[in-house]
Amino acid sequence: MARENPAPAVEARAARKVYGEGEGAVVALAGVDLAIAEGEFFTLLGPSGCGKTTLLRLIAGFETPTEGAILLGGAEVTALPPNRRKVNTVFQSYALFPHLTVAQNIAFGLEMLDKPRAEVSATVAEMLALVRMEPMAGRSPAQLSGGQQQRVALARALAPRPRVLLLDEPLSALDLKLRKEMQSELKRLQRETGITFVFVTHDQEEALTMSDRIAVMSGGAIRQVGAPREVYNRPADRFVADFIGETNFLEGRVEDGRLHLPGGEAIRLPEGAAAAEGAAATLTIRPEQVRLAPEGEDGLAATVADSVYFGADLHLHLRLAGGAALVARLQSPPSGEAGLAPGAVVSVRFAPGAAQLLEG
Amino acid sequence: MATVRDFSASRMPGFAAVAIVAFLLLYAPIFTLVVYSFNDSQSVAVWGGFSLKWYAEAWENTAVQDAAIRSLVIASFASAIATTVATMAALGTTRNEAFRGRTFVYVMINQPLMAPEIVTAVALLILFAAVKTATGYTGLGYLILAHSAFCVPFAYLPIRARLEGMDLSLEMAAADLYASRWRAFRRVTLPLMAPGIAAGAMLAFVISLDDVIITEFVKSAGQDTLPTYMLGQLRRVVTPEVNAISTALLGLTVILLTAFFLLTRKRD
Repeated sequence: MARENPAPAVEARAARKVYGEGEGAVVALAGVDLAIAEGEFFTLLGPSGCGKTTLLRLIAGFETPTEGAILLGGAEVTALPPNRRKVNTVFQSYALFPHLTVAQNIAFGLEMLDKPRAEVSATVAEMLALVRMEPMAGRSPAQLSGGQQQRVALARALAPRPRVLLLDEPLSALDLKLRKEMQSELKRLQRETGITFVFVTHDQEEALTMSDRIAVMSGGAIRQVGAPREVYNRPADRFVADFIGETNFLEGRVEDGRLHLPGGEAIRLPEGAAAAEGAAATLTIRPEQVRLAPEGEDGLAATVADSVYFGADLHLHLRLAGGAALVARLQSPPSGEAGLAPGAVVSVRFAPGAAQLLEG
Repeated sequence: MATVRDFSASRMPGFAAVAIVAFLLLYAPIFTLVVYSFNDSQSVAVWGGFSLKWYAEAWENTAVQDAAIRSLVIASFASAIATTVATMAALGTTRNEAFRGRTFVYVMINQPLMAPEIVTAVALLILFAAVKTATGYTGLGYLILAHSAFCVPFAYLPIRARLEGMDLSLEMAAADLYASRWRAFRRVTLPLMAPGIAAGAMLAFVISLDDVIITEFVKSAGQDTLPTYMLGQLRRVVTPEVNAISTALLGLTVILLTAFFLLTRKRD
C-alpha cells in the first residue's frame, strides 16, 4: 500500500498468529500488512473472530506474532514486552485498579516511568480536566458509573502520552445514549491530543462516524482499507459491501456490457466495470441510491411487495418482473400523503455512478 | 429458576426438627465443655457452681504455659512458611500458561488433605528419626517443618481462589502502563491478593494449632504442644482444667476463623 509518511506510527508486516499446534491449530491472523499514519484515527472493523483483537494485542505486545513483524514509528518492537512499548491500551473491561483511587490509577503509568512527583501530579490534574473528572479524583473505581470508569480508563492510558492509543471495543459496555456521547468525546480527545488512535469495533456505524480510515477484517485477513466513504461507496468485495451498511445484491452473468439476471432483465454495467464476457458477477446498489419512477418510464419494472415505515425513512421491498428482490430506501412523504402501497407497479433506476460490479 | 414452584429445602416437612437435631449434635458437646470449664467442683460431670478457678489454675500451670507458648511458636513459624510456599504455588498454578501436568501439580499440592494423617505421621517419624541420629539436632525444627508441610494446602486454597477471581486484564494493564513484571506484582497483584494471603495464613495457623496426630509422632521428649499436653492429661486425672484450656483454644480458633470468613467472603 502507498505510504505518505516514511515512518508510520504503527506497521504490521505479514503478521501471522496461530494458536495451538497441529490439527487443532487456529489461525487468528493470516498474514496481515498494515500501515497506520501518525495522528490517524484508525479503526479495525469486523465481526467477532475476524482477528481485529488479535492484531490489537500484537501491537500492544500482549501476544507475539507466529510470523511477521510489528513496527512502531519505524522501529521493530516484535519481541518487546508491553511495558517497553510506547503504546497504551483502553481495555474493554476498563481494567481499572480497584485498590487505587481515580487519581492513583491515572498516575500509575507515569510512576512506572519514574517521572518526578511534580510532573506526575501536574499531568494527573491535566488528564482529570481533559476527561472532566476532577471532582472524582479521590473516588475508588467501584464508586463510579460505567461512563465515568470509561473516562478514567481513557485518562489513565493517555497520561503517559503514548505514541499510539489502542482501544479495544471500549464503548460496547455502555448504553446507546452514553455510547453516542463517548463517541464524540473520543473524537475530541483525539483532536486535542493528536495521538494516533487504533480503535477496534464490530459496530460499522461507529466505525463510519469516527474514523479517518477503516480496515475491514474477516477471517483473520484485511479485506479493505480506506476512508469511511470509500469503504461504504466502493466496497472491495461482497463481504465488505454486506458488512458495512445495508445493500442490495443482484446476481447474474456478464454479456455484451450488460449484466443478465436469471429472470431475464439486463442491466447496463457501471462505467469502468471490468468483467470478463460470460463471467458470473454481482451488482451491488445501496437502498438509498435506488430511484423510483412511475410505471412505464425508462427502467426496470418492479412491484411493491411491502412498505416498512421507519419514521424518517420508508423501506420499499420491491420485486423485479424476473423475480429478483430489491430494497429501496426513500424519505418518508409529508404527512397525509399516501406512499406507494403494496401491489403498485413502478419503474426502478439506479442513481448515476452508485451501482458497483463485484466479482462472483 | 422459573419452575412452577421453587424448590426449597426449608419448606420440606420436618425441616425444622432435623435442623435442630443436627445443630444439637454439633454443638451440645461443645456447649457442655464450655459450661463445665466454669464448674467450681473437682468433677467434670457434677455441677458445683460458677467459678473461674480452672482458668486461673491453667494459667499458673507452667506445663500449660510451656505447651501454649510452644504451640504458638510452631503455629507462627509453620503458617509463615506454609503461606509463603502456598503463595508461590498459587501464582505458579494460576499465572502461568497452562502446562502439561498442571492437574498433577494441583493434586500434589493438596495431597495432605487427602492422605491419611497417620500415614504421614509414621512416615515423618521414621524420616526424622534417621535425621536426628545423623545430625544430633532435636529442637523444634522438626515440628515446624512437619506443620509447615501439612498446612500448605490450607493456605493454598484461599490464595488460589483469590487469584482466580482476579481479572487478568489488571496485570495486563499494569504491564501496558510500563510496569516491569516485578513492579506489576508489587503494585497490583500482591495488594489485590493480600486478603487471600491473610486468610490462608490464618487457616494454616488454626490447623497447626490444633494438630495432634502428626505432632504426637514427631515431637521429642518435653516438646508437648497444647493439644498433646491435653491428651496426656486425659490419660491421668481428668480435671476441668482441660475444659478451661479447650475453651480458651476454642475462643482463639473462633476469632481466627471469623476473620478468615470476613476476608474471603465475596463482595457484591
